[in-house]
Amino acid sequence: MKLNINSRLVEVGDDPEMPLLWALRDIAGMKGTKFGCGIAVCGACTVHVDGIPTRSCQLPVGDVDGPVTTIEGIGNKENLHIVQQAWIDEQVPQCGYCQSGQIMAAVALLDETPDPTDEDIDDAMTNLCRCGTYPRIRSAIRRAAENMKQEA
Amino acid sequence: MGIAKIARRTFLIGAAAIAGGVAVGYYYVSRPYDNPLEKDLAEGEVTFNPYIKIAEDNTVTVITPRAEMGQGIHTSLAALVAEELDLTLDDIEAEHGMADWAYFNGGMLEDGVPFAFFNESFMAETMRTAMPMVGKVLGLQVTGGSSSIKDGFDKMRQAGCATRYMLLEAAAKEFGVDKSTLKIEGKSVVDPASGKALEFGKLAAAAASLEMPSELVLREQKDWKLLGKSQPRVDIPDKVTGGHIFGIDVDLPDMVHATVKMSPRFWAKAKSYDEAPALAVPGVQKVVPLETQTGNGFGIIADTTWAAFKGAEALEVEWEEASYPKTSDAMFEVIEKALETEADQSLRDDGSVETAFADAPREELLEADYKVPWLAHACLEPMNATAQFRDGVLSVWAPTQAPTIIQMICAGQVGVESSDVRVHTTKLGGGFGRRGEVDFPIYAVELSKHTDGRPVKVTWSREEDTRHDTYRPAAMGRMKARVKEGGLPTAFDMHLSSPSIIQSLMDRTFPGQSPAGPDNTMEHGAFDQPYTIPNYRVRASKADLPVPVGFWRSVGNSYNGWFHESFMDEIAEKAGMDPLDMRLELMKDYPAAIGALKKVAEMSGWGREMPEGKGLGLAHVLSFGTWVAMVVEVTNEDDEIKIDNVWAATEIGTAIDPSIVKAQIMSGIVFGLSSALGQEINFEDGEVVEGNFDEFDSMRMNQCPDIHVELLETYHKTGGAGEPGTPPSIPALANAIYAATGTRIRTMPLSHEVDFVS
Repeated sequence: MKLNINSRLVEVGDDPEMPLLWALRDIAGMKGTKFGCGIAVCGACTVHVDGIPTRSCQLPVGDVDGPVTTIEGIGNKENLHIVQQAWIDEQVPQCGYCQSGQIMAAVALLDETPDPTDEDIDDAMTNLCRCGTYPRIRSAIRRAAENMKQEA
Repeated sequence: MGIAKIARRTFLIGAAAIAGGVAVGYYYVSRPYDNPLEKDLAEGEVTFNPYIKIAEDNTVTVITPRAEMGQGIHTSLAALVAEELDLTLDDIEAEHGMADWAYFNGGMLEDGVPFAFFNESFMAETMRTAMPMVGKVLGLQVTGGSSSIKDGFDKMRQAGCATRYMLLEAAAKEFGVDKSTLKIEGKSVVDPASGKALEFGKLAAAAASLEMPSELVLREQKDWKLLGKSQPRVDIPDKVTGGHIFGIDVDLPDMVHATVKMSPRFWAKAKSYDEAPALAVPGVQKVVPLETQTGNGFGIIADTTWAAFKGAEALEVEWEEASYPKTSDAMFEVIEKALETEADQSLRDDGSVETAFADAPREELLEADYKVPWLAHACLEPMNATAQFRDGVLSVWAPTQAPTIIQMICAGQVGVESSDVRVHTTKLGGGFGRRGEVDFPIYAVELSKHTDGRPVKVTWSREEDTRHDTYRPAAMGRMKARVKEGGLPTAFDMHLSSPSIIQSLMDRTFPGQSPAGPDNTMEHGAFDQPYTIPNYRVRASKADLPVPVGFWRSVGNSYNGWFHESFMDEIAEKAGMDPLDMRLELMKDYPAAIGALKKVAEMSGWGREMPEGKGLGLAHVLSFGTWVAMVVEVTNEDDEIKIDNVWAATEIGTAIDPSIVKAQIMSGIVFGLSSALGQEINFEDGEVVEGNFDEFDSMRMNQCPDIHVELLETYHKTGGAGEPGTPPSIPALANAIYAATGTRIRTMPLSHEVDFVS
């Protein structure tokens, strides 16, 4: 089976029941998407399917019905996404384990709502962070929104 | 400076012992370990000491041997070296390096002495002096106790300074000038007179062959360029781009995947099992029974982690019964019963509380029982480790806080010498004390005996992680005070009861070795607080329960701090005093505490008129050498509590990196508040009830208050950052809820009695 991941066709094995998370990590070798709970409550595994933030630990590869974007697909160290840059500017990550998922959720939020209110942020950013980086995540989203405005 | 003071500051580079520029004699425990980097140098690489390598291509690698688990320690340890080596953090690669005894943590054990941080008596200082030596003899490369800066502050700077001296010396010979005329610019030594420059990489070989300097003069604080200023963290670019950095991301050629299914009842074994349904799962290769010092169960080896998880689910096992009380209630009976017995230990006994209570009129006595449950660490990266045993060499890749302990124990598992065990420390997706344990590497090593030399990565499910933790112990505090209207308390008594962490840790880590002396952690956050009360006693009783308990961010401070500071609030109320005014009186002998209290009062506007339904709560806890005064503000609206603001005044002595320290304090606060909001581990039929984050959740974005942290840097000793934010957050919240609602809660989590915005 092959899926469109980060605009490339990627082999994801032959078990349609396998959650996208494990196909990404163990078959495609893309380790940026993290395993936290396996029941879609922590958000560490958040990717975009057709631009929609999706918890990949509960999505069988057989049910993927659109192009997938992972943390590796939105930017890299040489060419950072505006949200990744804001994360660096605000020095958000601590252990960093939840941050791929947080960034994917934030990118989707800002795509949909370029100038989010606090409430919008609360509603969209439901991912768990055990290091408690929430205040800096909020600042980084605001900064990214501001930078997007200036670029537009 | 007495000899003890000198020895404490002793750091050895080569044959020279140095202490702030003073050469001293040394004895057995002061002898340096071999430089572990010498074993693994790449072509063209040169090492100066266990912390610094320079390659011919001018790459400067700094070994930052404390586990990077989110606290920013790689940045801060690298900055200590960079400051003395005239580099920036961009010039440096920071790496964990391999497990080695040379990387012992002397700072952590200094905190292990049974004295309060502010106690600088001869006895306390003598014991503190001896403790790092113990760390050295044991070779304990451990990250914990908020001690990494305390341990590394001199070591890392001295490593950088000595290397600078040697590079300058080599360049001076090369240029034929006096070394005092040279300077360092961008990883090169420059001779301003001639304009000549030589890269470190070109000088390193000659420099490393020079005699070690016998005397070092470290840069004075006023001249620091990096230290004391916030630096961009070195680990962040990888962490925002999905870099492969955690233990769970380890990927090796020919690797197989696995998981474990351990007995849900601690120490119980399988009575019978059927592996056929597991082997029937496509991709499952093997089921391996495990009987180890940390637990019994099964390993499931498979082609993918997913297949291993499915196999573990399918594996049918009948487990033995629990050998201990089977429910939370039954276990709490044991804890409560221990309060009825003579205390096992007492680390504070000023005056005589018994006498003070004996002649007190009834109305002057205040009594209360407090209670906290077991807690899981819930690191977001589930427990995991990778092991490979091939040709008599064992390699372990683990997100660990204790690599040399793994090395020691896992060597015994496969019957090789410690020197044939190579432990690679990966980045840690949270640690909080959980990752100082040895269970996750032990299981990986057991399974590596069954994979024909192939590496095996063992990833736990979330449920397995929550149900096989080494829990923050449940505890009770029986509190009693004598206080009358308008006066300060004249007697204060705490009797604590909990299972002993040290006992539990020794039993599973070094079976058969009994710990000596009191378990100080049982009284931390209580006996060592900067209050002066004429009759003041803290004592503890050990409750004998075999459920594994361990270090959970701030350890005993996490609950004793709450007992102490919530009861102080009760005392203030009985006395009719403002909680701040009372604390200012009781802590007046400790300017650091007074400074933090006054600062937090100013930050929070303490004493302002509060509208109906709003409340402020105050607490102060000194832990890990850092004095934190905290105020929490809550709103009670429609019978739901919302935490609006937290203000924290943090007296840390010297903040090596203010941004990182503030982030750590903030992190500790969210960690503490998360526990108070609703976390608890319960037992039924000897098994842990809670499995995943739907049953053991933490604070989320919508519940997170605005957090305001200010740093104070006046105290003469530097404290830690990772843990001290946690202890005061819990009582400050409970006290705020009392102020807002009139409900005094004495059992955790607070959600048993109030609802929080969710």
